[in-house]
Amino acid sequence: MRGIPLFPEAASSFASEVDALYLFIVAISAFFTVAVSVAVIFFGIRYRRRHADEVGAHIEGSLPLELAWSIIPTLIAMVMFVWGAKLFYEMRRPPAESLQIYAVGKQWMWKFQHQGGQREINELHVPTGRPIRVLVTSEDVLHDLYFPAFRTKIDAIPGRYMPLWFTPTKPGRYHIFCAEYCGTKHSGMIGTVIVMEPQQYQDWLAGGASEGTMAERGAKLFNDLACTTCHLDSGQGRGPSLKDIVGKAVELNDGSTAVVDEGYLRESILNSQARVVKGFTPLMPTFQGLISEEGLAALIEHIKSLSPQAAAQAPALVPASAPVSAAGTPAAPAQGARR
Amino acid sequence: MPQQREAAVLGMWVFLLTEVLFFGGLFIVYTLYRTWYYEAWALASKSIEIVPGLVNTVVLIGSSLTMALSVRAAQTNKRKATVNWLLATIVLGSVFLGIKVYEYSLKFEHHHVPGASFDFYHHADLLGETHEEPASGMTMGRAEINRTTQLFFSLYFVMTGLHALHMIVGVVILFIIAWMAHKGRFDSEYHAPVEMTGLYWHFVDIVWIFLFPLLYLVERH
Amino acid sequence: METPVYPAHNYLSNGHGLKSWLLTKDHKRIAVLYLISISIFFLLGGLFAVGIRLELTTPDGDLFQPDTYNKFFTLHGVIMVFFFLIPSVPAVIGNFLIPPMIGAKDLAFPRINLLSWYLYVVGGLFTLFAIVAGGVDTGWTFYTPYSSASSSTNVTATALGVFIAGFSSILTGLNFIVTIHRMRAPGLHWFKLPLFIWAHYATSLIQVLGTPVVAITIVMIFVERAFGFGIFDPQRGGDPVLMQHLFWFYSHPAVYIMILPALGVISEIVSTFSRKRIFGYSFVAFSSLAIAVFGFIVWAHHMFVAGITTYAAMVFSFLSFSVAIPSAVKVFNWAATMHRGSLSFETPMLYVYGFFGLFLIGGLTGLFLATLGTDIHLHDTYFVVAHFHYIMVGGAIMGYLGGLHFWWPKMFGRMYSEFWSRISAILVFVGFNLTFFPQFVLGYMGMPRRYHMYPDEFQVLNVLSSAGASVLGIGYILPVLYFAYSLKKGEVAGNNPWGASGLEWRTQSPPLTENFVEVPTDIPEAYEYTPQVIREAKLV
Repeated sequence: MRGIPLFPEAASSFASEVDALYLFIVAISAFFTVAVSVAVIFFGIRYRRRHADEVGAHIEGSLPLELAWSIIPTLIAMVMFVWGAKLFYEMRRPPAESLQIYAVGKQWMWKFQHQGGQREINELHVPTGRPIRVLVTSEDVLHDLYFPAFRTKIDAIPGRYMPLWFTPTKPGRYHIFCAEYCGTKHSGMIGTVIVMEPQQYQDWLAGGASEGTMAERGAKLFNDLACTTCHLDSGQGRGPSLKDIVGKAVELNDGSTAVVDEGYLRESILNSQARVVKGFTPLMPTFQGLISEEGLAALIEHIKSLSPQAAAQAPALVPASAPVSAAGTPAAPAQGARR
Repeated sequence: MPQQREAAVLGMWVFLLTEVLFFGGLFIVYTLYRTWYYEAWALASKSIEIVPGLVNTVVLIGSSLTMALSVRAAQTNKRKATVNWLLATIVLGSVFLGIKVYEYSLKFEHHHVPGASFDFYHHADLLGETHEEPASGMTMGRAEINRTTQLFFSLYFVMTGLHALHMIVGVVILFIIAWMAHKGRFDSEYHAPVEMTGLYWHFVDIVWIFLFPLLYLVERH
Repeated sequence: METPVYPAHNYLSNGHGLKSWLLTKDHKRIAVLYLISISIFFLLGGLFAVGIRLELTTPDGDLFQPDTYNKFFTLHGVIMVFFFLIPSVPAVIGNFLIPPMIGAKDLAFPRINLLSWYLYVVGGLFTLFAIVAGGVDTGWTFYTPYSSASSSTNVTATALGVFIAGFSSILTGLNFIVTIHRMRAPGLHWFKLPLFIWAHYATSLIQVLGTPVVAITIVMIFVERAFGFGIFDPQRGGDPVLMQHLFWFYSHPAVYIMILPALGVISEIVSTFSRKRIFGYSFVAFSSLAIAVFGFIVWAHHMFVAGITTYAAMVFSFLSFSVAIPSAVKVFNWAATMHRGSLSFETPMLYVYGFFGLFLIGGLTGLFLATLGTDIHLHDTYFVVAHFHYIMVGGAIMGYLGGLHFWWPKMFGRMYSEFWSRISAILVFVGFNLTFFPQFVLGYMGMPRRYHMYPDEFQVLNVLSSAGASVLGIGYILPVLYFAYSLKKGEVAGNNPWGASGLEWRTQSPPLTENFVEVPTDIPEAYEYTPQVIREAKLV
């Protein structure tokens, strides 16, 4: 045992920034704790009662003092707020060239899917030096994907994609925790994120044989589910063409617009009448319950691959505004345990 | 005595404030889901028989009137009238609850009670009716309609159920107050309990005045 | 100096036997009923904490089954929050002292006061039933869809218990509001009121406005489980995050239900043991109201990682800092009160010193969680656990114990052992820091809360925490012993053993059933300390 550690490993570009802010607040807190403690201990000695009938001085208060100790803490708090908000804003804006990973939480494991088609359970391989964007969802109850070494986390909520991103900086093996209580084996829902040098990562990708990339698997599903009968590339089908739509704003039936991102695609597949593109009849059946979370992610990757230039644009950052239902398979534990 | 009465009035208002926030939570949930699932809301609301709801609204407004008259009677020392108006209020309250029971039984019959046996079109299927076309510009699949209309009916039952519970409590209190009035406990000096009951009863009525359009009249212009 | 005599007629001697207690309308007797019942629940909640700390001495989760452990922390939370902390200061100390402090004979609605105790008991029995029938494992937050769809434990009984106890809390708040408005002695206007009363007024507002919202949330979870309705069910288009909004709309202000009355207690003790008027009376008074109001607009800081938008998160972060300011103002004013006072250090004052240390750390660590950049890392880790224990145990329990030691002679007419009570105050302070300070470090290291097993590197700090908990445990058990002993054998206290100002010290100890022989009419300013006041205090 090398003494008691005070900080977790710092392995992402956020880590040092979060640590710096943390130390700043620690310093402020220590200052106020010591200042007030010293003051009350000093008063305790200096003004201790010397004879039984003694009373304190009659003092009502002081407006300048009250203002001083309201305004100064407020200003300090504003520094913290602005610093923290800035960092948070950054944490919510994944850069355009991010590597895409899909994560699904279920009682009690984490399932990861890479664009290349590799699938992992409770283990995640990522390269250093590249922003990684993870879209997180859940098949049953709430979970939370937490990487202490990267200083970031996000809830996994059934029915929604929640985005998370980080840039790993230091190769090594670090914890993955579930940070939102999810039942019996909540503390067993842990894993390891393996950060590798880019070259080793390429080797690992090559070694991970799979049944094709996510987009390829998605393309197969696209055929199997007969999406092709309506979504013609020509735009003459009963559904809109899916070519070059990702990242663009489309006009909807009710006159509003929506940016086509993963959240919108997810909603349109599972809850197809929610936001229909203008000029199209809402004929599409809902695929709620007919497609697994993995399949859904593959399908979305396929649709994204039809918009090659969109990869250069900033991906979406906020989760879909309205939640759509979870695509749990009928045997999902959430249903099995009901009543 | 006046201090006691003032305390009771203040206490009652604070209690009603609590009640406003209690129902307020439900109204927030209702509003949010109504925005998200407007079509389902319109569809489900249309499936509710409007006549019993309309009758109930009239009955309840009438009961507020009889309640107010009984408070007036108590204030002016008219014992007999106080009791009679209270009894009239009880009768109207009971009529409301009776109609509510009838409405609930319809929901069970139509499989409009959320849960495993929920089937929005069960009743229409039974009658061999063609499905009513939902509002313009949408065709939700049957599964989708069953999914989201269940949310509406869940809220329908919780909201009307809690309201009915308040009515039942109100009727019980009215019985007690009527009995006390009959025993001659109140006069023009002391009638705070009648007033307090009146405040409560009017509050419960007002809740219904909100519930009725929110649940029965979503897309009936 | 004359030896005080224990008064022959008092509220304790007015009627004997179980019936005289169970049907009492005397606010003082109801306070004693609460004291007994919340002590039992505190013991029970403490036992679950013992289970938690024992399990966490090793990383492997080898002592209890995971389900057992999950039930332990759930029940610890449910019991401590709803059945101990929320009623603690208001229902015991507030119930006993608000009427005499404002020169009243009783609360505005004595029957409702008794009713609220019965509701508390019935709610408690539902929860006990849930425990006996196998426990509940959702966490005290009852997050859906786990609580509504997944957990197979007694969520329904527990939810009903909490729902009923909630109404007990609402009725207490309602009673206090009306009492403070309508029952004050003639001439006792708002700015002559003790700050304890202001704090309770602010607390009552939260109880009345916040509790119904959590009550309706629990009703919705209840119908979801009991009747298969689906209001928060994502399978049916419901939104589980909406439940969190509603839950925290109450449960964040609920933190102030627990802490504000304790802050009121601190004001009384600081002033009495400094023999000095509270510095900046009106600032301390209005800061209580400010905390109550701001408390209602910060709830979503519990949800920074739960999918609220970036801008909403920023707004709620900003607002969260607003609660810090009135709390800081209070601390500064108390410290300034000691300046040029005449300070003595009996047990209640030791609790105040302990409170300063713990509340400062608890409050300041809240800044880490209001700051977005750090909260993302710290959310749902042991840092949060340590933070809220510093506030809710460090703040609220230090206030509760300090208040109990301060007013014990008034409540029961006898003094406890000063020696043992000082030992206990020191043990609580030391044990508390040993238990919870390591948890800040654990949290920053990344240990998530509600973990039954954990990676090896967290063990040293966890063992330290468990060791501290055993010290804390002794600190909590001691008062039970010396308080019980003092009831029969303690020295007779007299009307005003501390030389305190305040109307409650003008009557005998223990007070008469109607509190005063005649309602006081010569109302002094609050916290008036002159040599004459001290001499008079000794005469009676």
